[in-house]
Amino acid sequence: MDRITVGQAINLALHDAMQFDSSVIMLGEDVADPEGGGVMGVTRNLSTTFGDNRVRSTPIAEQAIIGAGVGAALAGLRPVTEIMLMNFTTVAMDMIVNHAAKLRYMSGGQTGVPLTIRTMTGAGAGTAGQHSDYLEAWFAHVAGMKVVTFSTPADAYSLLLGAIFDNDPVLFIENITDYGTSGPAPERGKVARLGEAKVIADGKDVTLISYGAIMKTVLKARQALAKEGIDAQVIDLRTIAPFDAQTLIDNVSKTGRAVIIHEAVTEFGVGAEIAALLSERLHGKLKAPVRRIGSNFSAVPFSKVLEQAYVPSAGSIQEVVKSLMG
Amino acid sequence: MPFTNRFDSATLVEIYRRMFLIKHNDDMVHAAAKAGRLNLIYYSPRGQEVIPSALSVHLNDEDYICTIYRGVHDQLAKGLPARLIWAEYAGRATGSCKGKGGPMHITYPEGGVMVTTGVVGSSMPIAVGLGLSSQVNGNQRVTVANFGDGASNIGAFHESMNLAAVWKLPVIFMCQNNRFAEHSRFEKFTGGGSVSKRAEGYGMVGVTVDGNDPEAVWNAARDAVARARAGEGPTLIEANTFRFQGHLLGDPGDYIPADEMAAARANDPVDKVRQKLLDEGHIDEAALQTLEDAVRQEIREAEEFALSSPWPELDELSTDVFDTVSEPLSSIPVSA
Repeated sequence: MDRITVGQAINLALHDAMQFDSSVIMLGEDVADPEGGGVMGVTRNLSTTFGDNRVRSTPIAEQAIIGAGVGAALAGLRPVTEIMLMNFTTVAMDMIVNHAAKLRYMSGGQTGVPLTIRTMTGAGAGTAGQHSDYLEAWFAHVAGMKVVTFSTPADAYSLLLGAIFDNDPVLFIENITDYGTSGPAPERGKVARLGEAKVIADGKDVTLISYGAIMKTVLKARQALAKEGIDAQVIDLRTIAPFDAQTLIDNVSKTGRAVIIHEAVTEFGVGAEIAALLSERLHGKLKAPVRRIGSNFSAVPFSKVLEQAYVPSAGSIQEVVKSLMG
Repeated sequence: MPFTNRFDSATLVEIYRRMFLIKHNDDMVHAAAKAGRLNLIYYSPRGQEVIPSALSVHLNDEDYICTIYRGVHDQLAKGLPARLIWAEYAGRATGSCKGKGGPMHITYPEGGVMVTTGVVGSSMPIAVGLGLSSQVNGNQRVTVANFGDGASNIGAFHESMNLAAVWKLPVIFMCQNNRFAEHSRFEKFTGGGSVSKRAEGYGMVGVTVDGNDPEAVWNAARDAVARARAGEGPTLIEANTFRFQGHLLGDPGDYIPADEMAAARANDPVDKVRQKLLDEGHIDEAALQTLEDAVRQEIREAEEFALSSPWPELDELSTDVFDTVSEPLSSIPVSA
């Protein structure tokens, strides 16, 4: 298998994790095979392979799903919970924010919550305002939570293994339109270290910092900019929280320009945190202000025309980059 | 092993010892707070001593409990050393949570006190997960979710009851109905007027007991623990009791009618069980005083230990946010 889709990569990571470690269990709405192996088929065959004691479909009850995950994690299991859509994490926020994230600290390190929360989101599928939001900044704002996402199938595999075998709670974000995206197959068994960004394309004029499925748009913009003689470096954050500040500082200090692109709305977003850090640390070395590009500050709209205009486009990224080059 | 499987003299004496420990601990916390030796947010469990005392004699160290901010009675009854509680109350490095959790978040996994939550209702979803671990691992551990009557009206109650019921998890939902949710009367905000009757809607056994009667609580807990260990699923117990204090330290509790409070205090369960022990000849006065003196000594030492303990080092501020000790895996073995 030379190439693999995102959906296959996630399925393979779950399979390999469960085969390696009997403490890995799965909980989520419709994740088991009698219910279809996930609404997108991502968890197909896992309950058949590992049994319905370890792979459990749940009621539509997000607070109970995460609560069950927190309790099982406290008792030494490594639950992989699935909250079908990121907007539905709102139903379980008490369990995530007040409990999963904080129990290690509040117990003085006596307990820990090695919980993974897989969730999908993103504009593009016409699911509008309550099924498409990128809410990663909320979770990144809470001490004790890790937030991870990926832009290639190989990273989806190794980062998910990294999340599952991390000893702290990790929110693992997938994109609803991205499961069919294919790419080079991962090295089987390779576990990514969380907290490490990766330079995925080098360049000397400007650093584009991004994460998740919108990376395709960023890479398209980079190609277009190259035709205009602008050589853009691209960094994939891979772990949003805690993020790899050193890699960002080292690289932006060389290019002197940085643009952060994410599908979440710009306001109070991850881009704001990174822009502030780069401005604080590299003031005087920057050749232009650090810029942020995110989605429109509104709910995700339904109409195809509006939905396309809602998310950042390659064109909008090119415009912003060009404005920094003077 | 559980203390005993018969409701005999030894059982009743042990239940009383735990009750007296809870009462005396509470008296001493109040005294220390009044004298300024402790500065803390504190939710008194006075009046509710019977419930965890009669329940916990059925539990092993390995069994789990989750409790809430009003949970010191549950913690003491489960065997959490008073010195660790006091040191945590005092915010010292030697506290059960190194002074980082405080009175509302006491944790002691060594004795099965897995979570003390400050959020109404949140003991229940986590207890379901602890119960799930027993089922997945195929062990006999039972989990008790303690909560108040107020928590029976929050969403977490419903989601937890349903999931525990459909998966037949070894969880005991112990509703300590002390008649007041913060400042509000139970009847005013509880549709149907009964917590335990809701169990039927989930296909779960629900029982109501006099939470101030040790034998009644002991019997209900015995059945629930046996059901859980046999894989026959959860039980919802509503144990009726009465809170002797306002919601928290400093709240005079003026919203509790004076005549009801006077009646409840006149029937102080600690006094009544003590009298019962003597009247029925389960123990003599001298032996009882020896037992009580040992408790007094334990609490005196707990306070001395707490107040003479060091404050946390400031590097604790950012320790335990994440696990920074374990080396992460770089690969796992796979087969095709």
